[in-house]
Amino acid sequence: MHSNIFDRYLHTDSSIHRLAPQVKVVIAILFIFSNALLPDGDWLSFGISWAVIFLLNLLARLNWAYTLKRSIIALPFALAAITALFSLPGKTLAIWHLGSLELILTDAGLIRFLSIIVRSWLSVQIAILLVATTKFPDLIHALEHLRLPKMLVTVIAFLYRYMSVLTDEVIRLMRARQARSAVLPDKRGGGSLLWRARTAGNMVGQLFLRSYERSDRIYHAMLSRGYNGHLRTLNQHEMQVNDWLIIALAFLIIASLQLFAHTTG
Amino acid sequence: MYFSPTPLHIPDGFLSTIVSLISWAITITILSVAVKRTEKLDEKQVPLMGIMAAFIFAAQMINFPVAGGTSGHLLGGALAAIVLGPWAGMLVMTAVIGVQGLLLQDGGLLVMGANILNMGLLTAAIGFGLYKIGEGRKRTLKLGLAGLGAWLSVMAGALTTSLQLWLSGTARLDIVLPAMLGVHALIGIGETLITVSALAFIFRTRPDLLEQTEGPARGGRGWIFVGAAISFFVLILSPLASSNPDGLERVAGDLEFLAQGKDAPFSILPDYTLPFLGEGAFSTIAAGIIGALVVAIFVYFVVQNLRAAKKNI
Repeated sequence: MHSNIFDRYLHTDSSIHRLAPQVKVVIAILFIFSNALLPDGDWLSFGISWAVIFLLNLLARLNWAYTLKRSIIALPFALAAITALFSLPGKTLAIWHLGSLELILTDAGLIRFLSIIVRSWLSVQIAILLVATTKFPDLIHALEHLRLPKMLVTVIAFLYRYMSVLTDEVIRLMRARQARSAVLPDKRGGGSLLWRARTAGNMVGQLFLRSYERSDRIYHAMLSRGYNGHLRTLNQHEMQVNDWLIIALAFLIIASLQLFAHTTG
Repeated sequence: MYFSPTPLHIPDGFLSTIVSLISWAITITILSVAVKRTEKLDEKQVPLMGIMAAFIFAAQMINFPVAGGTSGHLLGGALAAIVLGPWAGMLVMTAVIGVQGLLLQDGGLLVMGANILNMGLLTAAIGFGLYKIGEGRKRTLKLGLAGLGAWLSVMAGALTTSLQLWLSGTARLDIVLPAMLGVHALIGIGETLITVSALAFIFRTRPDLLEQTEGPARGGRGWIFVGAAISFFVLILSPLASSNPDGLERVAGDLEFLAQGKDAPFSILPDYTLPFLGEGAFSTIAAGIIGALVVAIFVYFVVQNLRAAKKNI
């Protein structure tokens, strides 16, 4: 499986790509934090945030349509927020009856719902920008700089290294299952629900054993190459003066956006 | 096709800042303990946990058709905790949720604390706690308990997710709670079936692997209490809150939590302003920054304490 869907932009070179990964992580989180703090219905501030993201996309030479397409991933969750439409008191726009439930659509509820969707959409784009301009191993290394426990960082590094290997394993298991599951056109294939679930369970068990035994081999292979519990990297990603300046600049921009949003709103 | 997002991965923007920060504080506290406990085990444990994280990540893709085009698949928290022990299981799930959020945008960054808590920590605690009851007993009892734990773990995740959404002012409790619990009662059955048959498979082929987690080394009998307490909470609160959401709203209203969640995203301080700065944007922003700092300092001290405790061992 081609595991890294962001590969095609990682080899592009731009000022954003060259930033130290921990700087990008900090700025991304600050920016997402800022989205969460913007007041409901402050469309102007949302628009400014989006313009900043768009500008960063241009700077990073990403394909805008691609970011847009990927940013749809969070949309299904909007279903969970749909009840926000009916949860706030305000001017009534419409009333629906659903069984015994009376749903009153208010203007305040509508603004709240749309704000949630916009915030989420902006935040997803920031996260996309982050991973599309940073190699994931560098991102993992950045987490170590940000004082995450070394052990957790190592576990994440292993997960990243082996997820495509085990994903391939899963795809082979599923292909094997499919190959054995011939279905007549007008008949339902497979046994009962219980039987199908058990087949899936056996596949999970099989995958577990293969992974477990693989981890044994990997550990011994690493041990014989001098593994001492710490993963090393060639690029140290030490913070330079430049990096601090960029963080300060980002903080200033975000702080002024917040100030603007809360004074005008 | 493969990375079907589950309804439990909350994206950014859906939780208020205060709910996100409190969830992070709880998650970081529990994870610090998990890291401390797991570091005591041998160094071979770390590559094993890494591969197991990749295993859970990949196993979540294995699905089976249920009906009408829907399919059941695994969340894996309970299974990870049963085969690896609770602390290692939590770390493995954290890595999985972290990579799903960071790399695939399946779940947000600011809300990742809540996602880890709902899908990683609670699921592992319940799954292991209930499984531990059957220690030293018959295999069928163990499998039964594992199945129950798997179902309850999904329900616990659905319950806390609905509560967080509601406290953030994103959803109405009387709709979101029954909907989430109803859907996940079914998803939980898939989780149970896969977890039980996977464990049965491992019992048949490599029983030695499952015996490793027995005994107090990976997790003591205290987990039974933890698992039972969360299960009790889920089993009592779910029907109660579903049938009488107004009651819960009233309790939260009395605690003034709801108003805080709904009106302003940052509101640890009264009226979301600092009295000496008057009422205005500066005051609100300063209050927000102070609120975030309080959470950060709290987490810092917890982590420092744990580090100090580790040195003393």
